[in-house]
Amino acid sequence: MNRFSWFNAVSLTFGFAFLYIPMIILVTYSFNESKLVTVWAGFSTKWYGELFRDQAFLDAAWVTLRVAVFSSTLATILGTMAAYVLIRAGRFTGRTLFSGMIYAPLVMPDVITGLALLLLFIGVGLDRGVLTVVLAHTTFAMCYVSVVVSSRLATFDQSLEEAALDLGCSPAQAFRLVTLPIIAPAVISGWLLAFTLSLDDLVIASFTTGPSATTLPIKIFSAVRLGVSPEINALSTIMIGIVTAGVITASVISKRNMVRQRREEQAAARAQ
Amino acid sequence: MRKFFLIAVPYAWLLALFLIPFFIVLKISLSDVALARPPYVPQFSWDDGIMAFLRDLDFENFVFLTEDSLYWKAYLSSVSIAGLSTILTLTIGYPLAYGMARAPEEWRATLMMLIILPFWTSFLIRVYAWMGILSQEGLLNQFLMWTGLISEPLMILNTPTAVYIGIVYTYLPFMVLPIYSALDRMDGSLIEAAEDLGCSRLSAFWLVTVPLSRNGIIAGCFLVFIPALGEFVIPSLLGGSGTLMIGKVLWEEFFSNRDWPVASAVAVILLLILVIPIVLFQRNQQDAEEAAK
Amino acid sequence: MNSTVFAPWEDPEKKPLIRFQNVTKKFGTFTAIDNLSLDIYEREFFALLGPSGCGKTTMMRMLAGFETPTSGRIELAGKNIIPVPPNKRATNMMFQSYALFPHLTVWDNIAFGLRREGMEKDKMNARVEEMLRLTRLERFAKRKPHQISGGQRQRVALARSLAKAPTLLLLDEPLGALDAKLRQDTQFELMDIQEKTGTTFVIVTHDQEEAMTVASRIAVMDEGQLIQVATPDRIYETPVSVYVADFIGDVNIIEGKTTLIEDGQYQIDWAEGQMPLHAASSQPFDKGQTCFVAIRPEKVAISAEKPQAADNIVQGKVLDIAYLGNLSTYHVELADGTIIKSQTANTRRIARRSFTWGDTVWLSWTATAGVMLAR
Repeated sequence: MNRFSWFNAVSLTFGFAFLYIPMIILVTYSFNESKLVTVWAGFSTKWYGELFRDQAFLDAAWVTLRVAVFSSTLATILGTMAAYVLIRAGRFTGRTLFSGMIYAPLVMPDVITGLALLLLFIGVGLDRGVLTVVLAHTTFAMCYVSVVVSSRLATFDQSLEEAALDLGCSPAQAFRLVTLPIIAPAVISGWLLAFTLSLDDLVIASFTTGPSATTLPIKIFSAVRLGVSPEINALSTIMIGIVTAGVITASVISKRNMVRQRREEQAAARAQ
Repeated sequence: MRKFFLIAVPYAWLLALFLIPFFIVLKISLSDVALARPPYVPQFSWDDGIMAFLRDLDFENFVFLTEDSLYWKAYLSSVSIAGLSTILTLTIGYPLAYGMARAPEEWRATLMMLIILPFWTSFLIRVYAWMGILSQEGLLNQFLMWTGLISEPLMILNTPTAVYIGIVYTYLPFMVLPIYSALDRMDGSLIEAAEDLGCSRLSAFWLVTVPLSRNGIIAGCFLVFIPALGEFVIPSLLGGSGTLMIGKVLWEEFFSNRDWPVASAVAVILLLILVIPIVLFQRNQQDAEEAAK
Repeated sequence: MNSTVFAPWEDPEKKPLIRFQNVTKKFGTFTAIDNLSLDIYEREFFALLGPSGCGKTTMMRMLAGFETPTSGRIELAGKNIIPVPPNKRATNMMFQSYALFPHLTVWDNIAFGLRREGMEKDKMNARVEEMLRLTRLERFAKRKPHQISGGQRQRVALARSLAKAPTLLLLDEPLGALDAKLRQDTQFELMDIQEKTGTTFVIVTHDQEEAMTVASRIAVMDEGQLIQVATPDRIYETPVSVYVADFIGDVNIIEGKTTLIEDGQYQIDWAEGQMPLHAASSQPFDKGQTCFVAIRPEKVAISAEKPQAADNIVQGKVLDIAYLGNLSTYHVELADGTIIKSQTANTRRIARRSFTWGDTVWLSWTATAGVMLAR
């Protein structure tokens, strides 16, 4: 469309400025010499040094990383199974309840989910720590994974699976050799989403963790409650940097693949 | 057999870790607070039997919620904060989505990435970013004083205004994405047809573009309103003690007052309030799916 | 019957390869296949023809093992195959969408079924190469499905389904996605391959021309039932019902009441003020019975002058001319409003045509040109 007007330009500029200026400020001030985060006192990377010397932060980061890896992996397995059930299993008793339980956690306030899970863990006498946080994160993340994977499965040409069966695969082989490789991008983005959600979660982790396992968001939250600190700015900058690099890489790769695929398809059509 | 296993595993997981916990919340909301571990009675025991246990349950906590004005004020203010923030997000999000949909083809992937990027960035960090901007000596006040618009620093942090800004900021991608996808699907020749039939550009926008993006607008509004209603991080970091929101009340009831039965009752009521928008949202999604067919 | 003609269905001694016995398939309350029995013989190229929703695809999916009949029996080489899962059946299927695995190369797609069999490497390589040669795909072995054209994809799908040398090959609208020109070439290619490999082919199609071209026998289906099973020429020349006559090719249908003149010769009164028609039928018709005469347009002659001797002669005005290049179809309106189509070969240049729109013309055909149908 060549109807891009000045109004569109203004709303895009304003909208993206709103989204990005706070983050840019955050990153900028992480390199501030001064302890006072609102006064610029020259460039310095000393807060990064401070951060890496702070054992409490490093411990929390390690806990968070472990929780995120375990819970996202588990959530990906369970979520993919759930997606497969939702799209392929047809009718079975309790299907409505099942799909309800898949979608409900997506809109459930974290405070309720956290409270409910905590009361469960106390009820069954499970000691709170890394394990309980992993269980909690797996539960809500598997629902996100299942939404991502099921939307891919819904557009998956079912005759591909039938062709695999027809050519002698058992149903399990058909899934492993045909379905899984094809839906792999969706499964991977489901895993990444689950991983990010786990890294990000404050509320549910606060409810379900014990004193032995403080996650990074809990640590950050208790630090920033007292006000802005340059060390947190440094930490935020690192996290923003990782995410930005990841998202840009992913979109460059997917764009390049798309362009290549289109070019090859055109070439194939011309060659006919 | 294989199918049974496939269904049973995720099903059992969700029953055990999603559904059963809610019944526990419901049960504890009907119990009484006690100085014990865990801090509520009655505890269920097989010796007394189920009837004795049920007899001790009551609606006392819910009665308490209606009597203490703190709670219903918190619910009301949560609904109004979430509602107003949703409208503000729509006001900023719609032009942004519209601009994206009309941007040249080759920009779109990049613009899309720019919308998704904050979505992958830590929520907590994005809320935190505003603390330094909105505080008394923060950058916004410094900027406004430098321009001469104000002479005294404004009190923004620790007021509801900061909460609005925080919600709009963190939930903006949730508003933009569904509206953008609705606008992107729209056939460009529809506008040309409307103009050909005598519409001005503005009336073509109102009569064609807006109705066709209706499902996207509704989806976006619910995606902002529902999580904003139970929000905890934003009011506690940006809202200060003056902002009452139910997520924060629940948190404090649980962690500070250690009153588990009342915290559970607060959760039950919040859940009941949420049922309405969730059902409406679900219906809108189904309509949209059917329309897409 | 000439003994060299391939017609196993004429031979009562011959055992069928596939036998449907009173097969019914219901989806909920909808009956897709209604108590259907059918025999298909070895080396046949058998076409299931019908409009969408007639049950032809369900028949094929039951043969492949993707659907289980509600009742009845399906035999393959004398054995009941209903309890056999698709991956254990000696049948292979070529899918309408081709269902090529997008993450595998052409070579790996063709080798997919052989690998599942656990075939030795050397044998497998040889088999894949043979299939590539058969379908003229040698140059594309290393490509992925999206890197080849639609026609090539179609051939990969065929090669893949033939690689395991199935007893029976099922083809679901195999040419549906190709354009008209490519379709024709591919039809002949399919027949050629079928002959070379000696495999029994069952093809599902809604395209009557395609069925006529490729098939040894055609089953015309409607609403889950077989209407007629016969060779293409018999389906065309002697349809059993108006439905079949109308479904296959172009036809004039004239409704009237019969009177027997003499052995197999009937007179048909069909419109006020029109001479009765004459037609022949081996099927007996009662006096006054309603019958439909189906006459193919190419069997109706058109002329400017009244023909001397013909069993049936009517007069009308040219209403429309459809010029198809090699042929022209004339739509002629009779005095009572009936429209009859006549088709002639354009053996002369069009400028020399002796009649045009609005001209009065004569149509004529012999008593044996049409078929008398009771329904």
